[in-house]
Amino acid sequence: MSQTAATLPEQHIEWTLPSRGRVGMCGLIVTESALFAIFVVAYLFYIGKSLIGPYPPEVLELPVLATICLLSSSGTIMVAERALGQGRVGTFGLWWAVTIGLGVFFLGATAVEWYELIYQHGLTIATNLFGTTFYSLVGFHAFHVTVGLIMLTIVLVLTMRGAVGAEAAERIEVLGFYWHFVDAVWVVVFTVVYVIGR
Amino acid sequence: MSSMGQALPGSHATPARVPLTLRLHGWAMTVDHKRLGIMYIASGLVFFVIAGLEATVMRLQLLAPHNDIVPPETFNRLFTMHGTTMVFLVGMPIILGMANYLVPLMIGARDLAFPRLNALGFWLFLFGGVLLYFSVIGGDGLYGAGTAPDVGWFAYAPLTGRAFSRGHSTDYWILSVLVGGFGSIATSINIVTTVICMRCPGMTLDKMPLYVWMLFIVAWMVILVMPPLSAAQIMLLLDRFLGAKFFDTQAGGSAVLWQHFFWIFGHPEVYVLMLPGFAAASEIIPVFSRKPIFGYPMMVAATVAIGVVGMGVWAHHMFTVGMSAAGNTFFAMATMLVAIPTGVKLFNWLGTMWGGKIRFGLPMLFCLGFLFQFLIAGLTGVMLAAAPFDWQLSDSYFVVAHFHYVLIGGLLFTLFAGMYYWFPKATGKMPGERLGRWHFWLLVLGFNLTFGPQHILGILGMPRRVYTYAPDRGWELWNEISTVGVAFQIAAVLCFVVNVLWSLRAGESAGEDPWDAWTLEWSTTSPPPAYNFETLPVVRSRRPLWDLKHPEDPDWKYE
Repeated sequence: MSQTAATLPEQHIEWTLPSRGRVGMCGLIVTESALFAIFVVAYLFYIGKSLIGPYPPEVLELPVLATICLLSSSGTIMVAERALGQGRVGTFGLWWAVTIGLGVFFLGATAVEWYELIYQHGLTIATNLFGTTFYSLVGFHAFHVTVGLIMLTIVLVLTMRGAVGAEAAERIEVLGFYWHFVDAVWVVVFTVVYVIGR
Repeated sequence: MSSMGQALPGSHATPARVPLTLRLHGWAMTVDHKRLGIMYIASGLVFFVIAGLEATVMRLQLLAPHNDIVPPETFNRLFTMHGTTMVFLVGMPIILGMANYLVPLMIGARDLAFPRLNALGFWLFLFGGVLLYFSVIGGDGLYGAGTAPDVGWFAYAPLTGRAFSRGHSTDYWILSVLVGGFGSIATSINIVTTVICMRCPGMTLDKMPLYVWMLFIVAWMVILVMPPLSAAQIMLLLDRFLGAKFFDTQAGGSAVLWQHFFWIFGHPEVYVLMLPGFAAASEIIPVFSRKPIFGYPMMVAATVAIGVVGMGVWAHHMFTVGMSAAGNTFFAMATMLVAIPTGVKLFNWLGTMWGGKIRFGLPMLFCLGFLFQFLIAGLTGVMLAAAPFDWQLSDSYFVVAHFHYVLIGGLLFTLFAGMYYWFPKATGKMPGERLGRWHFWLLVLGFNLTFGPQHILGILGMPRRVYTYAPDRGWELWNEISTVGVAFQIAAVLCFVVNVLWSLRAGESAGEDPWDAWTLEWSTTSPPPAYNFETLPVVRSRRPLWDLKHPEDPDWKYE
């Protein structure tokens, strides 16, 4: 068969390559960034181009508390990861649950915001360009938060059933990459929608 | 891959004949990169025949002025389906299929990094393709309007708006391409991860075969440029189903924004399709010239340059929409810039052949055809990059001729070269030489007959996508020649199909390394076992098999 290895055994090569999980997740993050970039460009391009109201300054409030929650969840997930790396599974589960709670709070705040926009201000995705770009960009981010929460919850359930130990630390870290990405995207969305666009 | 991938090679006991259902089950459930690669290529070839027949009907319609073989509505559907199919269901699966098959073998790995994700990518592509063609029977939706998509392969707004595209034909176009796009992204992440994480010991980046290098760049490009199309298509879906206003000009939306989003994907996509062709040529030309590739580092640098610059040229498809002078100038210059690394590649291939002992085998013949025809494609490309020239010829048959010289004269010829080159590896049989030569010469003749005159038609003012034309324009002769060429191309493809089927049954046995080549895929059996390599190879140079065959004069002493 493969004679190559058989004929070149004399040299021993130090050979370590990066882990597949980390590289694969980085690839996913790059591709998702490109996807978000287009929604962000569309948002920026259409700022101030709505023909009818409501307009952003009239109806948008700064989601300060929700933002603090989502960004601090990046911290709690790192605390959880560190605990798992040290084998303290109980602490890991606790901080993991806190992360999920913060994410759920963020989604809830988005839901309340959307409820008010739709029912009090009459802004839907079909109202004007602001509605179109706002719901698609913020909604697309919220969709990613939701996917992240589903994955986090699966890990929590597995942890409670005793199936997650220190040997899973790298996989948990890879999942953490995704969660950090979702948070980082929110920084961009927040800046574009609530700071520049208001 | 035989259906008994588990049987150890070398064990000569013939296994009992496996029932057809079990064999099909094996193919449907497989996560083996070689089987998935073959399925990609085979389904790509099926779609190739379908899209080729669509083109044939269009050419017959254009054979004579005021022809009425198909009505104008059907003609619109034909060119939409032809373009969409050729790009997304022929080009993409064949290049991804070859990458699937070859990248792990060339870097001495046993599979891609994520085999199950790989299977997901393939099935997403296949069912995306099925979805596109389901539109022919399902496209009516509830409205009784339209069947197959008829908005052109770049689906400009406002044609795709609800008011102008009633029924569901456009929705099928969106969903099919969206689903297939997710599959391509998944497979590209897989290829990138494989190249970074799975190389065999000793294979540093500067020792990777050029094929792997170029597919690595292609995979990065797909990761970066496929999402803009997906995002734009999601926006279009929101427009069509939820009443969003992205591309609705009456509500202040912009039709030009769609053009930007589409071509941010659409132009790099041309390089995504073309670079794998370059990649195959970069493996075949050295082996058939009996010389290592000329200027390996420059080839890598040129590939990276094409990838980077190629992502900043998209608006040269939009010179006629009325961009600013600065925009026109920028995109014209960026486009001309791409000609430099591409020219570097052409000269490197010529430099490889210079002074070599050239063997005119089938793969080399197709590569030579590619060099000449791709040169013409490149020259007309630089012509069209000049914005004022483009104003004159945009949306004319000159453009049609240009990109068919790229995608057939360039890409298809190198894909056929690659298929003949790696056919022995994948099947264990040699492709028939005589039929292969018929295939080559008929295709050269037919292709140039069909698309050469279209340059002239474009200069004479014939717009693309018209379903017929008046008899007094002086276009008849060139259209007749163009249609006659199709007959030769069909004959050529028939030669290929017959050759493949015949060689599978009765071809000469190929052995491990029929071309006396140098990269790792030729060090294992033909076809390779499911695990590719019994022990992972260790390499010290760019041509590990050369080192093996010539221990007295190995490459690693000089690299």
